[in-house]
Amino acid sequence: MRLFEYEAKEAFHQVGLPLPPSGLATTAEEAAKIAKELGGPVVIKAQVLAGGRGKAGGIKFADTPNEAKSVAEELLQMTIHEHAVHRVLVEQRLEIQQEIYLGITIDRSQRRPVAICSAMGGVDIEQVAEAHPEKITRFWVDPIFGLRDFEARNIAKNAGFEGKAMIQVADMLLRLWQVFIRNDAELTEINPLIVTTKGEYIAADARLNIDDNSLFRHKTLAERVSSGISEQTELEQRAQKAGMTYVELEGNIGIIGNGAGLVMATMDAVKYYGGAPANFLDVGGGATAERMSQALDIVLSHPDVEAVFINILGGITRCDEIAQGIVDAQPKLPRKVPIVIRMIGTREKEGAAILEAANIPFLDSMDTAAKRVVNLVSEVDSA
Amino acid sequence: MTILIDKKTRILVQGITGREGYFHTQAMLDYGSSVVAGTTPGKGGQEIEGLPVFDSVIEAKEQFPKLNASIIFVPARFAADAATEAVDAGIKVVTVITEHIPIHDEMRFIELARRQGSYVVGPNTPGIISPGQCKLGIMPAHVFTPGRIGLISRSGTLTYEVAASLTDAGFGQSTAIGLGGDPIVGMSFVDALKLFEEDKETDATVLIGEIGGSAEEEAAIFIKENISKPVIAYIAGRTAPKGKRMGHAGAIVSGKTGTADGKIKALRKAGAIVIDRPIDVDEALQKIL
Repeated sequence: MRLFEYEAKEAFHQVGLPLPPSGLATTAEEAAKIAKELGGPVVIKAQVLAGGRGKAGGIKFADTPNEAKSVAEELLQMTIHEHAVHRVLVEQRLEIQQEIYLGITIDRSQRRPVAICSAMGGVDIEQVAEAHPEKITRFWVDPIFGLRDFEARNIAKNAGFEGKAMIQVADMLLRLWQVFIRNDAELTEINPLIVTTKGEYIAADARLNIDDNSLFRHKTLAERVSSGISEQTELEQRAQKAGMTYVELEGNIGIIGNGAGLVMATMDAVKYYGGAPANFLDVGGGATAERMSQALDIVLSHPDVEAVFINILGGITRCDEIAQGIVDAQPKLPRKVPIVIRMIGTREKEGAAILEAANIPFLDSMDTAAKRVVNLVSEVDSA
Repeated sequence: MTILIDKKTRILVQGITGREGYFHTQAMLDYGSSVVAGTTPGKGGQEIEGLPVFDSVIEAKEQFPKLNASIIFVPARFAADAATEAVDAGIKVVTVITEHIPIHDEMRFIELARRQGSYVVGPNTPGIISPGQCKLGIMPAHVFTPGRIGLISRSGTLTYEVAASLTDAGFGQSTAIGLGGDPIVGMSFVDALKLFEEDKETDATVLIGEIGGSAEEEAAIFIKENISKPVIAYIAGRTAPKGKRMGHAGAIVSGKTGTADGKIKALRKAGAIVIDRPIDVDEALQKIL
């Protein structure tokens, strides 16, 4: 889960990372008031859960409270990469001498956290990483020991910092490590860490992504999830509440299956025969009739769906539960479209009997079923 | 021969008194696996299916010195502790079925296992099966059959799909391993490929990958340099869009990395046969064996 900049900065504040003086505003008037209190030039930043905010015009400058008001007004009406702006962060503008990048993320293949440092921070850090990989210092942290002081100093030194600067950058990195550990972060970044013309080190921007699986240890954030502030669509949230994973796609064939890998393979099979999947829906392990019935309802709530392919390979999941769910869903379905079912595995015979009694046909090969559903949709389209 | 588990494997079930733990203990016993004991803290002294329940792994190990594998059904927030306990007690194969374990916890017990020389399989895995000998997992056993093909997969049900295709075509399996669907897992394709290469009774390996991460690309490099036996690969998620998690926490294409195309190219370049559909595994094997 990605946090807003102002939430990430709250976490930074707790470990003593220096931040610019600031205030959070939900209206233009509040923004003006904060600007007045701060005095002098300010920077006003849209609070959205999307990257590339600066380049999309979500960061603006203002020299006076009046200017702050009009700028904030403009930002609060914006939508950045489909995210509406509800809040702006008003911060004192800094006199920049240097921009540094500091980040900690998880390296999947090494199964370790990796600390990253560069003396060339700022919005173009990704281009720096590509064009000048030698300007980026990486260090893989032992997950049992954690980042140690001398390691942080070595990282700073390798990134080109000497003397007092090395000590300062190492100190910032150790504090960032605390943010990473305390918040169960998948990623945390200061970009840029600014060295002001007066020589102060200040975290100008903040990023913090938290591992969803750790939310039981982070009660306040868990509440935010349940209050529905999320990057998901409405149907995706509905599926999640029912214990399923649903992802909307562009095509017209609804896909339901059990197990993420099998559902992806089902999408690929549909594509192989020239069809286009409308969604990914994994009913999860051990789905009940109730859950199966909800899955059908969710998939058919997407207006583009012209046919549905249900692909079940019963392991923990029982075919009789699935079959019952399909039968139960029939009278309640939002629309009538052709449904192709492939069902094998645990309690296959019992499941088959339920479907046969309801006159619902099914197949035992995923490949045949994929071909069938693609043909059905092209018939619908040409009719 | 098989890899990781066989007739001699002695299994401990951690979380044996829970619903899942109990159900799958029965299923493993039915298959003929040697489950010898279980643990649930606070329930030491009880019995489940005639098996003794202990409070701790170390107590179980004292009673049953031959214990060499464990399977974990403990809820997510306690599962990392259970895995650490098993590794600490010297269990060699620790299979973590539990899903949704915090990633920071996973990194720590996987690192500990690396130091102690234990294998962690998973988390979020269906487990391991050496057909006809031992099932250390939750997979439906009837789709597997003894034979000479190694199977390694990041996905559960897709493993069953391919195993069923293999079995239907008359190709049995030496061992099938689910690596798990999390972004961080203990055993990797590389670890498993190494074991199958050394196993005299495995003739070829089928690798089932999916989008996200770089495990398949790393496997490709390893195959090119170290593997002499044929490798057949299937990659799920060719049609998955960027930036959307496809169910498994690990299955996400982020930026330029983790795409199915990249993985397929890397594997082909390394000499693996990449198939388009799970059903094509039969034809591919017929050609090479």
